[in-house]
Amino acid sequence: MEETRPLLSRVADAVYWMARYIERAENVARYIGVNLNLQLDLPGDPGQQWQSLIDTSGDGADFLKRHGEATQHNVVEFLAFDIENPNSIFSCLRSARENARSVRETISSEMWEQVNEMYLHMASQYLVPGAEWLPEFFRQLRLSSHLFQGITDATMTHNEAWNFVRLGRKLERADKTSRILDVKYFMLLPSLSDVGTPYDDIHWSAVLKSVSGLEMYRKKYGRLEPRDIVEFLVMDRDFPRSIHYCITRADASLRAITGTVPGTFHYTSERLMGLLRSELDFTPVDDILNSGLHGYLDALQGKINEIDNAVLADFVDWRPQGKTPTRSQSQTQTLAVNGSR
Amino acid sequence: MQFANYQTEGFHDEMFDATGAPRDEARLLVDTIASLDEGQFLRCQRSAERILLQLGITFNVYGDSAGTERIFPFDLIPRIVTAHEWAWVERGLKQRIRVLNHFIDDIYHDQKILKDKVIPEEVIKSATFYRPQCIGINPPRGVWCHITGTDLVRHGDGQIYVLEDNLRVPSGVSYVLENRDLMKRTFPQVFEGLRVRPVDDYPGRLLEMLQTIGPRGASENPTVVLLTPGIYNSAYFEHSFLAQKMGVQLVEGGDLIVQDRKVWMRTTKGLRKVDVIYRRIDDDFLDPLSFRPDSLLGVPGIMDAWRAGNVALANAPGNGVADDKVVYAYVPDMIRYYEGEDPILPNVPTYLCWRDADRQHVLANLDKLVVKCANEAGGYGMLVGPHSTAQQREEFAALIAAHPRNYIAQPTLALSRVPTLVDDHFEGRHVDLRPYILYGNEIEVLPGGLTRVALRKGSLVVNSSQGGGSKDTWVLADSPENGSAE
Repeated sequence: MEETRPLLSRVADAVYWMARYIERAENVARYIGVNLNLQLDLPGDPGQQWQSLIDTSGDGADFLKRHGEATQHNVVEFLAFDIENPNSIFSCLRSARENARSVRETISSEMWEQVNEMYLHMASQYLVPGAEWLPEFFRQLRLSSHLFQGITDATMTHNEAWNFVRLGRKLERADKTSRILDVKYFMLLPSLSDVGTPYDDIHWSAVLKSVSGLEMYRKKYGRLEPRDIVEFLVMDRDFPRSIHYCITRADASLRAITGTVPGTFHYTSERLMGLLRSELDFTPVDDILNSGLHGYLDALQGKINEIDNAVLADFVDWRPQGKTPTRSQSQTQTLAVNGSR
Repeated sequence: MQFANYQTEGFHDEMFDATGAPRDEARLLVDTIASLDEGQFLRCQRSAERILLQLGITFNVYGDSAGTERIFPFDLIPRIVTAHEWAWVERGLKQRIRVLNHFIDDIYHDQKILKDKVIPEEVIKSATFYRPQCIGINPPRGVWCHITGTDLVRHGDGQIYVLEDNLRVPSGVSYVLENRDLMKRTFPQVFEGLRVRPVDDYPGRLLEMLQTIGPRGASENPTVVLLTPGIYNSAYFEHSFLAQKMGVQLVEGGDLIVQDRKVWMRTTKGLRKVDVIYRRIDDDFLDPLSFRPDSLLGVPGIMDAWRAGNVALANAPGNGVADDKVVYAYVPDMIRYYEGEDPILPNVPTYLCWRDADRQHVLANLDKLVVKCANEAGGYGMLVGPHSTAQQREEFAALIAAHPRNYIAQPTLALSRVPTLVDDHFEGRHVDLRPYILYGNEIEVLPGGLTRVALRKGSLVVNSSQGGGSKDTWVLADSPENGSAE
């Protein structure tokens, strides 16, 4: 038997993060695009809408400190173009590219060229006043991320490294879907006066559009009902951005990486992932709503974080036992070496 | 696109003879380019530059803010070498590499050449890249310089000279391959009617060579890796390019670990043994336990594993002893000493500042000579006399007086030129040539090599860090009449 080519721990880490950063950039681009569209339909002050985007990102404190009150301009600036915000689209694409650059020999050339192009395109843009060009800009970003995923699936052998790519992408996506649902559900439910008005539908549509799920939801459920929307986004077996779907696929990739028999575990990450998956498999949506959606989603995000940490510990940051010549460890090195160019 | 106003200006031009007529081997190319309209040619040039950026074929510049990447400028007009001249260059390079390898092995064993007083012992013992740690080591097959990139230049007299022996971690071969690829993509019509020798098989030959030097006890298919200092190194693109083309793992120091005098890599499934390392890290940074203790880039204990014969390193540590500009001056003597033959490729006449008579001559003629630091690369630590200011000459005079061993001087060569696109017309620009030589079972020379071009008008410095660019190099498979430049 030919032994499969081993995957370096550092490389596994880099492809995993490359995928997460691109998925993150795509999600931010989609939220902004949906919000630009939404505010055209809503009367009055749009500030609250833009603030909700900041809440979704989880970087509210940083934003408050640097910008204060949310406006379209400063939110778009912060989430898309800000070099100092490590989770802005710009920063995500820069990090994705740095990671891709360090593993060019592992990913396909086509993947590298696509990441490079996304970054170079983003780096050549800056925010100018006027919003006319923004919807198209964010649409292009989304498309280029889809293109990257298509290229990845079509040009890279579905080997261990590819499974780390998919693992990163799915965990990131599950996290983002849970965040958008959390923030919007919290915001929308109190406005009971809107129930039954056109605005109610507009808001819920926007939630679904934020995960490209409106059309698929309609086909399955028809009317927009909060309960059904939660079921769709958390539990749906087949919709590719539902949390259940993402965790099921992440679990499949993790098992492809380890080769562990289903129903058993060898690594901590497998155990945590399996627990989360079976919880999603067997929890009725009404139980979640009765005990409180916010609490549920909050705990879920915590579990995704734990899985992320466990993956790192199991496959990347492990150290061999036994005697080795020692020195201090350093993850990053910036020391210039005298090459002979 | 016409060459009508093109002037050779008294320099040896690789494309046109002294009367301004195209050389035989270049006639077809000149006709093809002349038949294109200007817009067509400029579009090809621009599209080549865009492709370089898209592909991320860039290098990092030290001293610039972290992460600054530039493309290595590419010029569409190739440099042509006739089959006849190449055959001679190839013979000369094989002779030189064989002898340099013999010399290194001698230095780390019996030191016969020092005992016979062909080279003064103090020259070797004071060489920066002489490594006493390597004494007595027997690398597989006795090969120390597996990959060499020798710099050649042609002077105004039409003669090709060896300018430098780059034995340590020579870079640039990826540009040879990418330049050819780029040329075929953007400018395919110029290849018509010419038989240009291919270069694409280099990664395959490199891999084969690396596999032949596997340590005792390694399988027939030894695990080969390429060790890079990481993405901030100026040649990182090349490291990942070669690893990708060879299908081997690209590793950083932190990926490797030494246990039981063997080298292992850290993978998601535990440790895997490594047999052969093509290392692109300088000796100094390779092993903090043997060399610089502050290096975070290397692998602690790797020298010990090499000494034990459990891993092969290419190039072998310590081979830089032959890559010192003072030792360079003795290479013709080495060739006579070890092989009893005259050198095929001549050296550039070199003044050694540690010799009193030479130093006086150098100090009196600083405005005419090129002064080089004996162990710098990349065009750093260099004075080009005719282009220097009085203040720069004073600085170098002081440096030479303080450390005569560290400086050599050579006549300022009138490097040959090749037409190069400048804005919307062609001008002559000075070039050199770096062929790549592999040494495993036998010595192989990649046909052609990297032609570097000094893009600034009149400049003689071709290094990428100093405003240099590159060109495709065409070695023709057969020679037209009168194609010899000997």
